[in-house]
Amino acid sequence: MTVLESREQASRAVPKLVDQFEHGLDAPICLTWELTYACNLACVHCLSSSGRRDPRELTTEQCEAVIDELQRMQVFYVNIGGGEPTVRPDFWHLLEYAVSHDVGVKFSTNGVRITKERAAWLAATDYVDVQISLDGATPEVNDHVRGRGSFATATRALANLAEAGFTDAKISVVVTRENVRQLDEFQALADRYGATLRLTRLRPSGRGADVWDDLHPTAEDQRTLYDWLVAKGDRVLTGDSFFHLAAFAPENGRSALPGLNLCGAGRVVCLIDPVGDVYACPFAIHDQFLAGNVLDGGGFKQVWQESSLFTSLREPTSGGACASCSAYDACRGGCMAAKFFTGLPIDGPDPECVKGNAEGALAARDGVTPKPSQDHSRPTEVLLGMPGRPTSLTAAPTATGLPDRLCNESPV
Amino acid sequence: MSSPDPDLQQGFDAHAPWRRTPSVVLRPEPFGALVYDFGSRRLSFLKDRALVRVVEALDGSASAEAALDVAGVPEADRPLHLAALGALARSGMISPGPLDSDAHDRAVAS
Repeated sequence: MTVLESREQASRAVPKLVDQFEHGLDAPICLTWELTYACNLACVHCLSSSGRRDPRELTTEQCEAVIDELQRMQVFYVNIGGGEPTVRPDFWHLLEYAVSHDVGVKFSTNGVRITKERAAWLAATDYVDVQISLDGATPEVNDHVRGRGSFATATRALANLAEAGFTDAKISVVVTRENVRQLDEFQALADRYGATLRLTRLRPSGRGADVWDDLHPTAEDQRTLYDWLVAKGDRVLTGDSFFHLAAFAPENGRSALPGLNLCGAGRVVCLIDPVGDVYACPFAIHDQFLAGNVLDGGGFKQVWQESSLFTSLREPTSGGACASCSAYDACRGGCMAAKFFTGLPIDGPDPECVKGNAEGALAARDGVTPKPSQDHSRPTEVLLGMPGRPTSLTAAPTATGLPDRLCNESPV
Repeated sequence: MSSPDPDLQQGFDAHAPWRRTPSVVLRPEPFGALVYDFGSRRLSFLKDRALVRVVEALDGSASAEAALDVAGVPEADRPLHLAALGALARSGMISPGPLDSDAHDRAVAS
């Protein structure tokens, strides 16, 4: 995003944007809406612990009512995810409904439903962005976390989109210890499909908590990532994801990474989950960050503008244990969800604090970390022909009964 | 950008008519407004309510200068506003005219 700052210093009465955003906005800038917990895959790091549909998921009519409300609030676009959103039978209808009501859509998919025909339809539809998830630049690295055959599915979808003339699809990568050395290869892959690379941070949310210790980038990896973003990240999207890395920036200047470098939870972002629950951010599916439900009397607007949780998140923060750190203005203490799900205090350093300030607290934990309030993971056994959930990162895919070919049927 | 910079106004003709690009919408906020272009997916911020009034006035004005008049921008603030409009023009948020007929009538009448 770009900021028109020409007035910033002329009008002393106008505080910096980041300070304005800390007090919240009348409507979110960027809203994530997970349409279903159903998914044909069982990625080991799924932030929403998806797998099985929840019987309470919003109906088509309820989803349309949410879109109507987002239109009234002038929420310009939503990031739709899941689960795998395209397995909802009404997904394409809801997508059309949203864009025809001035709510642009960017949806995340593993590509399972992006056929040649669908790619052509998407290419002819305005205000739609498609984001294909890929967590390795090679099948070996990708399929290790996303399941066997998922690399082939994703690249087939990218090829279909490119062939149909859909320009500028996004390849969305969660950066891990296993793929952080593949950044150039990811860029080459994006170039090959005329796509844009998007890198985001692995959060210890959902099933991500189970694999975070093994997969999150080491301190050395973080430096590698930061240096790569500074050197080659001009064309790369990050969703403002790596603001904890802003603390690498030289102390004399602003962050070398673009973006607000601010935790936007409940201030500029939030999550609507498949049953209509509104959480402070997509990475914080836990009762402690649950603000309300879109089916409550006042709808989403009242939750956003009046819930006690969001009101408290918009109050000034002191910086807590981070207040005396020289990098506090750059990273603002990092990611709330990452701290919460690793069992660290919210007002202390991020578990991946680049100054190393979380190491003591991480070592001193008692081993008990909060569990997400929703878990729709499939059992490890194969159920109804669906792939099971890998029991651990080290288990061979065959041991979990993953079929050779992805099921193309809706798991709902 | 911290001060009026002549370079920022390069290519921006303040005497010409400008309008909000059709794919661009403004959303009022306590600090000013969000500006979003559904076409390019770019998001910008107007950090000043007077600037919001200027952008809203463009559609009915014969020129950018005239929009500043409509919005009541004091003389001392005009260079900053013109620089901001220049930035909006470069990012495609506002586009060169044409005048809509009402504005044309007003321009002719004056």
